[in-house]
Amino acid sequence: MARESCPTVKNILLLDSEGKRVAVKYYSDDWPTNSAKLAFEKSVFTKTLKSNARVEAEIAMFENNIVIYKFVQDLHFFVTGGDDENELILATVLQGFFDAVALLLRNTVDKREALENLDLILLCLDEIVDGGMILETDSSVIAGKVATHSMDADAPLSEQTITQAWATAREHLTRTLLK
Amino acid sequence: MAQPLVKKDDDRDDEAEYSPFLGIEKGAVLQEARVFNDPQLDPRRCSQVITKLLYLLNQGESFTKVEATEVFFAVTKLFQSRDIGLRRMVYLMIKELSPSADEVIIVTSSLMKDMNSKTDMYRANAIRVLCRITDGTLLTQIERYLKQAIVDKNPVVASAALVSGIHLLQTNPEIVKRWSNEVQEAVQSRAALVQFHALALLHQIRQNDRLAVSKLVTSLTRGTVRSPLAQCLLIRYTSQVIRESGSTQTGDRPFYDFLEGCLRHKAEMVIFEAARAITELNGVTSRELTPAITVLQLFLSSSKPVLRFAAVRTLNKVAMTHPMAVTNCNIDMESLISDQNRSIATLAITTLLKTGNESSVDRLMKQITNFMSDIADEFKIVVVEAIRSLCLKFPLKYRSLMNFLSNILREEGGFEYKKAIVDSIVILIRDIPDAKESGLLHLCEFIEDCEFTYLSTQILHFLGIEGPKTSDPSKYIRYIYNRVHLENATVRASAVSTLAKFGALVDSLKPRIFVLLRRCLFDSDDEVRDRATLYINTLGGDGSVVETDKDVKDFLFGSLDLPLVNLETSLKTYEPSEEPFDINSVPKEIKSQPLAEKKAPGKKPTGLGAPPAAPLSTVDAYEKLLSSIPEFANFGKLFKSSAPVELTEAETEYSVNAVKHIFDSNVVFQYNCTNTIPDQLLENVTVIVDSSEAEEFAEVLSKPMRSLPYDTPGQTFVAFEKPEGVPAVGKFSNMLKFIVKEVDPTTGETEDDGVEDEYQLEDLEVVAADYMLKVGVSNFRNAWESMGDDFERVDEYGLGPRESLAEAVNAVINLLGMQPCEGTEAVPNNSRSHTCLLSGVYIGNVRVLARISFGVDGPKDVAMKLAVRSEDEGVSDAIHEIVASG
Repeated sequence: MARESCPTVKNILLLDSEGKRVAVKYYSDDWPTNSAKLAFEKSVFTKTLKSNARVEAEIAMFENNIVIYKFVQDLHFFVTGGDDENELILATVLQGFFDAVALLLRNTVDKREALENLDLILLCLDEIVDGGMILETDSSVIAGKVATHSMDADAPLSEQTITQAWATAREHLTRTLLK
Repeated sequence: MAQPLVKKDDDRDDEAEYSPFLGIEKGAVLQEARVFNDPQLDPRRCSQVITKLLYLLNQGESFTKVEATEVFFAVTKLFQSRDIGLRRMVYLMIKELSPSADEVIIVTSSLMKDMNSKTDMYRANAIRVLCRITDGTLLTQIERYLKQAIVDKNPVVASAALVSGIHLLQTNPEIVKRWSNEVQEAVQSRAALVQFHALALLHQIRQNDRLAVSKLVTSLTRGTVRSPLAQCLLIRYTSQVIRESGSTQTGDRPFYDFLEGCLRHKAEMVIFEAARAITELNGVTSRELTPAITVLQLFLSSSKPVLRFAAVRTLNKVAMTHPMAVTNCNIDMESLISDQNRSIATLAITTLLKTGNESSVDRLMKQITNFMSDIADEFKIVVVEAIRSLCLKFPLKYRSLMNFLSNILREEGGFEYKKAIVDSIVILIRDIPDAKESGLLHLCEFIEDCEFTYLSTQILHFLGIEGPKTSDPSKYIRYIYNRVHLENATVRASAVSTLAKFGALVDSLKPRIFVLLRRCLFDSDDEVRDRATLYINTLGGDGSVVETDKDVKDFLFGSLDLPLVNLETSLKTYEPSEEPFDINSVPKEIKSQPLAEKKAPGKKPTGLGAPPAAPLSTVDAYEKLLSSIPEFANFGKLFKSSAPVELTEAETEYSVNAVKHIFDSNVVFQYNCTNTIPDQLLENVTVIVDSSEAEEFAEVLSKPMRSLPYDTPGQTFVAFEKPEGVPAVGKFSNMLKFIVKEVDPTTGETEDDGVEDEYQLEDLEVVAADYMLKVGVSNFRNAWESMGDDFERVDEYGLGPRESLAEAVNAVINLLGMQPCEGTEAVPNNSRSHTCLLSGVYIGNVRVLARISFGVDGPKDVAMKLAVRSEDEGVSDAIHEIVASG
């Protein structure tokens, strides 16, 4: 990666406590096939498994990539970038994803909840990074964008839950503003 | 939506882990997708089905072309629904399916409608989807909307358009470049991320215009940039401008104040980006470095691992070039040795090894010993490499470092790790004479219990070269002969070779070696027996104390000056006949090695490293081509073919490059021509060569090309005579001459009448380097010593002001046309001196070795000392002449 170019994210992974995919998104051609992707996930998962990344995000290098990761319950969050990338930018992306998921899942962040709301997780990934370019890193904005969609929908969706999520998002927003 | 996507048969897996997607199956989900076609759409159910489809794709399932098309068409029906949630899922699905061009048309109008919707979310997402799937023709239709969107007052919409622009710039640059006014406006946006995206796009649009980038940076560094991400970008662009402006002027560097100011920014990512940018400035001074090092030092004690890692990684890089600047951080570094995160700990250790002074070595080694037991092999390798360079820096400390290496050599470890240790010991033995005896003994002990055949054979080979030169060679024999008893056939065979080398070099040991070799004659393996027989015969058979012949020594120790690949191909083509295989018929040219991979800059030469062996198809191809032309048959054996030299600019009507083939008393120019005009056919193509500036050459024949159709490369040749064996040089001007015939592009018919035409080509030069073959040696020092100093010529030269040391080294290598050995063509950044080892074969099959020491003298002046050894006095002088006149 030329240093002049933009900060780029190569992939975002959300794996479970056995290293299986919950949701993954690749933005780079470094792993052209599904088996290459799975191999990468496996090696990243096993090498980070023993570390304690529950309070602060941790960091490691794999095959000339930087991987920043954070765990909660039985979920493992990863963000990968090139070895020339500013580590702190990648960490910001991870934190944005991590916190947005917490907001959307109303703080019960575990695999079961994530799978049950997989649509929200996928939309969340879609709002954070577009083709490797960072779209948004502020978790409340991301969660807001994902959650807004049902606010004025005319369909009788499970409105209550979404309203709750939106409320939490708003609450978080006020908190950050007041800080 | 929060409702689980219930499976009917989940009554029996209460115990098993629950998943809403348990037992999901592609076929069934594709069936379910039929609900998309219902006249009364149920948005919630449709969303669930799309989620299932996306889940399948996400798990790596793939749809066949037919399946994907069916799903795509079904999904397009969902645009009827006005449910926003469902629409979002539809967008996601369309992006995942990446529809083909004719499918895109189906959704274009729906997406364009959404692009103009009043709902911001629709606009933003529709733009991203449409730009993802669109092609150039459609883009012109929607361009107007995109330009509007860039300056939309909703930041989400503006960002969507800008980010899409960044992607589209790769495929449709000419269209995106027309948006610069709008993008410029967006750079001033109050929304942080819009500014970031706009800046990224604006820079990419202008990246080839240095002046514009410089202006952009100048104006923005004065103004305010709101988003930390945008600030990081600006720092990157600023360093680019600084780099390109060159650091010719003394005094303050432009924009340095801006970078330094960013060190006080409130966002950590900006502080770090600025600190890193400062450490990477070309020729950074210690005064400039200080503030950056200070903030990085603060990061070292942060509670966040990411921050510690980023800081220690950057300081590690700085320590390579400016170790003194980093010593202030040593105390913080030492506390990082016990960091939970082993990557951080390893980086801290290796940094300390680089910045440490001689007195701190022992204390460090103690700390590292504790540390080594609980890190992974890959980190251990990094530490071993750092210790190797430390030892070369402080040769007096070799004892404790060598002990450390031998200790870790005995511990558990994988192949790569063990190899790194062995390589390090070998390098230390080679470079620090005092370390030789103890190092060899450590290696001997290691092979007593070594599970890696490769390492055992490599060490045995090395012992055979170094062992006999020690004060008491006999003490190694036991270790070597043990191998013959205890190991597999490969190791046994190399142990036999090693024994023979001791026998050949140490005359007093010869009778005892004979006894041992005779025992090997009864080995169960063919190769071991063959080698033993061979060596017993070459060493002189009767086993008495006699001096070994020079020929025998050459055979045992001389390096095979042939690329093994070439030998292999020649042996394969050899057909058993009366005529024995002639090793001299094997081509010696090796293709120049591609420069060391970018991933591993400054890679040290490995101690046991194999000689560079690159596949050699081009030489064979040339030889075949030339031998197929009867006119060139009596020129003898091809000595060398040069790399193609371009004689035309890129993208001209006719593209021509030339290859110089050097024979003993002839030179053949091969002109490779390509006709790039579709409606022309060239006939009777020749090159008229004017050799008036090449006095020693006389043209003997020219071989024209009958016809040169469009886009089909063809060759024409011109041959010259020159004095035999003399490296004559000269300059040749070239003119392409041909008959042009028009071709009707539709029918492919050629008109009968042609016009004669000429086309001026650039000059071609035959230079001294053309008479030099790049032939590497595996162990330069051995080759150098065995060549002897009979015909050594040493002289010093001033090369005058040069751009950099690396540039000067490269220029000399190219001038001589020799093969750099042991990776010495790579010059570490910022070094003030460098030694380069070159090897080659000069015309007349004379081996030449050169050792060149470069030094920077004054601000830019480079001076060098050139020592040449060869088998011929005249050739050594000739090499000096090349340099003197070059």
